[in-house]
Amino acid sequence: MSVTLRQNTPVAFSRILGIGAERGELVVTNDDLAGPIGSSDEWIRQRTGIVTRTRAGDDRDVLDLSEAASLKALAAAGVAPDQIDTVVVSTVTHDMRTPSAAAIVADRIGANPAAAYDISAACAGYCYAIGQADALVRSGAARHVLVVGAEKLSDIVDPTDRSISFLLGDGAGAAVVGPSDFPGIGPTVWGSDGAKAPSIGQTHTWTQLRDNPDLGWPTLRQDGQTVFKWASFQVVKFAEQAMAAAGVRPEDIDVFVPHQANMRIIDQMVKTLKLPATVVVGRDIADTGNTSAASIPLAVERLLAEGQAKPGDVTLQIGFGAGLVYAAQVVVLP
Amino acid sequence: MAYTDTEVLEGLAEIIAEETGLPTDAVQLDKSFTDDLDIDSLSMMTIVTHAEDKFSVRIPDDEVKNLTTVGDAVKFITAAQD
Repeated sequence: MSVTLRQNTPVAFSRILGIGAERGELVVTNDDLAGPIGSSDEWIRQRTGIVTRTRAGDDRDVLDLSEAASLKALAAAGVAPDQIDTVVVSTVTHDMRTPSAAAIVADRIGANPAAAYDISAACAGYCYAIGQADALVRSGAARHVLVVGAEKLSDIVDPTDRSISFLLGDGAGAAVVGPSDFPGIGPTVWGSDGAKAPSIGQTHTWTQLRDNPDLGWPTLRQDGQTVFKWASFQVVKFAEQAMAAAGVRPEDIDVFVPHQANMRIIDQMVKTLKLPATVVVGRDIADTGNTSAASIPLAVERLLAEGQAKPGDVTLQIGFGAGLVYAAQVVVLP
Repeated sequence: MAYTDTEVLEGLAEIIAEETGLPTDAVQLDKSFTDDLDIDSLSMMTIVTHAEDKFSVRIPDDEVKNLTTVGDAVKFITAAQD
């Protein structure tokens, strides 16, 4: 070897500097959706805990939602757009295979020429991206990372589907991650179980649609019982591992924000984790619905905005979803 | 340890009581989970998970829809024990 490479200079710690949220502007009630699924407001509330879900109109897409949330996160963090050197958008509803949502969003918000890429990790996507941002910042690969979880799930719903469509909403949550003088993001405990991939996903592939247009627009469906069992009883163990990895105990947790999949899953997770009654639990799903990759940052933003959580709160967050995939970490709220 | 039918029924009744608040004597073999005990498909998965732990058996997800009555569940759990 004739030359020795230089590698990035690591920094000791990282943290979330600010969070921003942009929900769909339309408020859709259970009564609006119950007819085609032969259901009722009461059944939907009992089964999912949802009262309303926010959806975006036809004139707004993942890019618009991401842009709005990102600008709010930058303002909250006190970071200028040109200080962002990496943009990561986690989404499954960007409207094109390519170019990425991240490249377009980076340009729109004034962060061009930041590194920009999308990730696809469904409802675990925000926690996956926070894990990535933590690693990028602490390794010295990036200084300020903009993480966005953004979805327009109303683009892939089937109004007659009883398995998942009526839970889904639209929105984007963004976080700016940067260097810190204290540890603000614990180790990410993450993984997958691709053997259960058929449990949640698109009804048919793009090429199947191309070759047989009668199949119609692909939408989302799930095997709700399998997903409930997996999330409530298996995934919850990774939340325990994330606490242990961060060196905290349940008594140290101030806030718990699981992916807002279904209030019944949230309730069961709280029960299984034996979190103290003092822990504030994110339950934004009641009003916002299940917004996949956006759900955790939206729920966190809401708790902060309403004063139920405060800067410095030690927060356990866990995402889980189609893949099946999961990711959990303990963070300190900005 | 192999549980008898009666022990499985009793154990299941405890699990169901804990999950639903029903009295244990409401859990009889001929009772339908959905129609008689008002247990929806998500609560059913919680009950199934606790039963798997209690009786050290595995109840596959796609088997759950076949367990219409308490008796179906007792029969399945008893048979699943080796």
